[in-house]
Amino acid sequence: MRHLKLIPDDTHIPFVKFRQVAVAFSLLVIVASVALFFARGLNFGIDFKGGIMIEIATDGPADLAQLRATMGGLGLGEVQIQEFGQADDVLIRIPSPAEGGEAASQEVVNAVRAALDDVVVEYRRVEVVGPQVSGELVRSGTLAVVLAMALMLIYIWFRFEWQFSLGAIVSLVHDVFATIGILCILQIEFNLQMIAAILTIVGYSMNDTVIVYDRVRENLRKYKKMDLGELVDLSINQTLSRTVITSGTTLLALLSLFVFGGEVLRGFTFAMIFGILIGTYSSIFIAAPVILAVGVSRDWSGNTTGKAAEGKSEAKA
Amino acid sequence: MLHFERWKITLIVLLCVAGLAYSAPNFVPRASLEGVPSWLPNQQINLGLDLRGGSYMLLEVDTRSLVQDRLQSLLNDVRVALGNERVLYTGLGIRNSDVSVRITRPEDIEKARTAIDGIGTTIAGNVFSALPERDIAVRVSAQEIVVSLTEPAIVARTQSAVQQSIEIVRRRIDELGTTEPVIQQQGASRILVQVPGLDDPQRLKELLGRTAKMNFRLVSNAMSGEQAVATRTVPTGTEIIYTADAPRSPVLVERRIMVGGDKLVDAQPAFDQQSGAPVVNFRFDSTGARQFGEVTRNNVGRPFAIVLDDEVISAPVIREPIMGGSGQISGNFTVQAANDLAILLRAGALPAPLNVLEERTVGPGLGADSIRAGEVAAVIGSIAVVVFMIASYGFFGVLAVVALTLNMAMIFAVLSVLQATLTLPGIAGIVLTVGMAVDANVLIYERIREEIASGKGPVPAIETGYNKALSSILDANITTLISAAILFQMGSGPVRGFAVTLGVGIITSVFTAYTVNRLMLSVWIRRRRPKTIYL
Repeated sequence: MRHLKLIPDDTHIPFVKFRQVAVAFSLLVIVASVALFFARGLNFGIDFKGGIMIEIATDGPADLAQLRATMGGLGLGEVQIQEFGQADDVLIRIPSPAEGGEAASQEVVNAVRAALDDVVVEYRRVEVVGPQVSGELVRSGTLAVVLAMALMLIYIWFRFEWQFSLGAIVSLVHDVFATIGILCILQIEFNLQMIAAILTIVGYSMNDTVIVYDRVRENLRKYKKMDLGELVDLSINQTLSRTVITSGTTLLALLSLFVFGGEVLRGFTFAMIFGILIGTYSSIFIAAPVILAVGVSRDWSGNTTGKAAEGKSEAKA
Repeated sequence: MLHFERWKITLIVLLCVAGLAYSAPNFVPRASLEGVPSWLPNQQINLGLDLRGGSYMLLEVDTRSLVQDRLQSLLNDVRVALGNERVLYTGLGIRNSDVSVRITRPEDIEKARTAIDGIGTTIAGNVFSALPERDIAVRVSAQEIVVSLTEPAIVARTQSAVQQSIEIVRRRIDELGTTEPVIQQQGASRILVQVPGLDDPQRLKELLGRTAKMNFRLVSNAMSGEQAVATRTVPTGTEIIYTADAPRSPVLVERRIMVGGDKLVDAQPAFDQQSGAPVVNFRFDSTGARQFGEVTRNNVGRPFAIVLDDEVISAPVIREPIMGGSGQISGNFTVQAANDLAILLRAGALPAPLNVLEERTVGPGLGADSIRAGEVAAVIGSIAVVVFMIASYGFFGVLAVVALTLNMAMIFAVLSVLQATLTLPGIAGIVLTVGMAVDANVLIYERIREEIASGKGPVPAIETGYNKALSSILDANITTLISAAILFQMGSGPVRGFAVTLGVGIITSVFTAYTVNRLMLSVWIRRRRPKTIYL
């Protein structure tokens, strides 16, 4: 039986040659994402905006028009009502009452429950996030993403050289911006789970980048005279099969979650699927070219103990 | 790299067996674990509220009302202190967050100041301050004396109020008969409540949303409540409180509390013997019984108001002195309302109202659906990864799949032993781990392929493959572990569950995909001694 090979054994794709196109494309993506973020904005969920979210199950397909009329009659501001996965499953979003603070939210929940009592079979979910907590969640969420990136930067700096660290952080920022951009376009709800998704993307993209960098470092020791562009290309090609297979298995798992994992997780898994794709792209087309742009000092590996080990393994040019 | 010492083999095999054994309880019904002796693995993973249904609430003790209460009693103390010293004063009242009073005769100021200063006490238990701290600060400006609460006093008061609230919240929740509620302090003035598996989460909120401060006061006989409202006059020492039942009518009650709710020792729901309506029977402690007896003896024929959280529940007329220390509250109760009131009275009053800052309630239906969806996604995702790995690497793929299976078992085992909480994003974390765990195998196998392509024999190729892949594997996993650690630190509830499974999954996957896989391969090579390997 022949093994499945997504990538032929000995590829020589000149990735570095595409770097201008890739950088231009990525700059465009970043600029567009920033513009979208300010123009259209993220569809913040109640975690970050405060408010009330109620998921109800109805007996048979829900009559959304009727529900809108009922809810409209309560005068609760801009109420959003949407089908959630199934016809008999409805998600209702209500903004935080402008006045009265936390206690007022509870009164709104009570009023809604009283109004909907005859159509609701089950209250599947009731979430109320007050303004105080949502503010804290915004702060801690932002802090988490920034902190994670900073720690990884330090780790890469520690393990490699600052040029690598720079390349890694550029591609991380790229991935985060692109993900936020797509979430702005599709208006997928941005909730606490999304912070988890972004951190996972950051971790995964870093993981991918590190694998390529590891190989670049190894090749730097091995081929002392090779042109840096050629060397980066070689490293990417050598790790290409791994990059594609790991992305493949991860995407398979995520696709399964996206399709079968239920409505609650859908936005979360979508963000991760997109992030894995963009993370894989950026570690090949962004992270590696950055080292090329800033250059690396090539004598640093000369004194390490690694040299002795490398000497033994035969170099195949 | 392929040589293992005997003790290492033993250790690796033991760890794998332990992983299988400790994950096993998760695959049988919970009920069948009851007969399992305690020395055998018998713990299942805790399911989070989003999977089994339940309520999460973040409550905050209303410190503002706490301070207001304290100022009110300070005001009373100042009045008594000045009265005892026969000091004349005007304008005694609360302004901003101070109690201020104007002393009429300048020669009284020093006397008044000493008297007021005597009200204060030192705050006990503050080990960090060298000097004992006072709970009030007294300032004199011209003829005005201003008394304010000191910062340490407010902090100490908040702390004790939170402790007391936790105790009372616990008693109230225990009355609901749920298992394993979590009630803990968060930050300076917050209380986190997690109650799994509630049929009616709304009732929990009703129980926690009430302060349940009850007291017994005489209804004023100066005029009726309606008269007071109409003429807008409230005689000194009285106030208007509305009835709890609709139509809400005003009742003019005396400010003086005849018997406080803290004197109650028991309250039980019951039915009135004549009308059959739901009522609450209560009993006082000995002090309360004596006070209650005295009041009822001296005020036969007058209505006696039962006030709960600034609402008059009922104001029955005292027909005869009640000396036994027990009585009955009859309002327009439903059976549930009588039941809840009894619970609230038994559990005691909260020192201050609790505000719900955040609430997340998941019904049992959604929880069950989420578990089912998570299971389906995990199974299908795993099958896809397994097929993909075997198609890509043949026999080596099978080894990777065995390692992956062990990895799953170990994740479940670690989560069970640590009694970590599995949430819906946590399941997503496990599925994601399935996809990412094989990364180590992919790295190694791709490396071995390269080494074979460069002309190495099977054993050296495998050895170099493992050797060279190790640094990449570690680097790659440490970066993801950083993400997981930060998520764990900042996250709460479901998101924290994701961090836990992701983090545990990373650690176990390095062990299974690298170490266990290598052991399996070394055994295979020693048995078969292959001349070439097909990878």
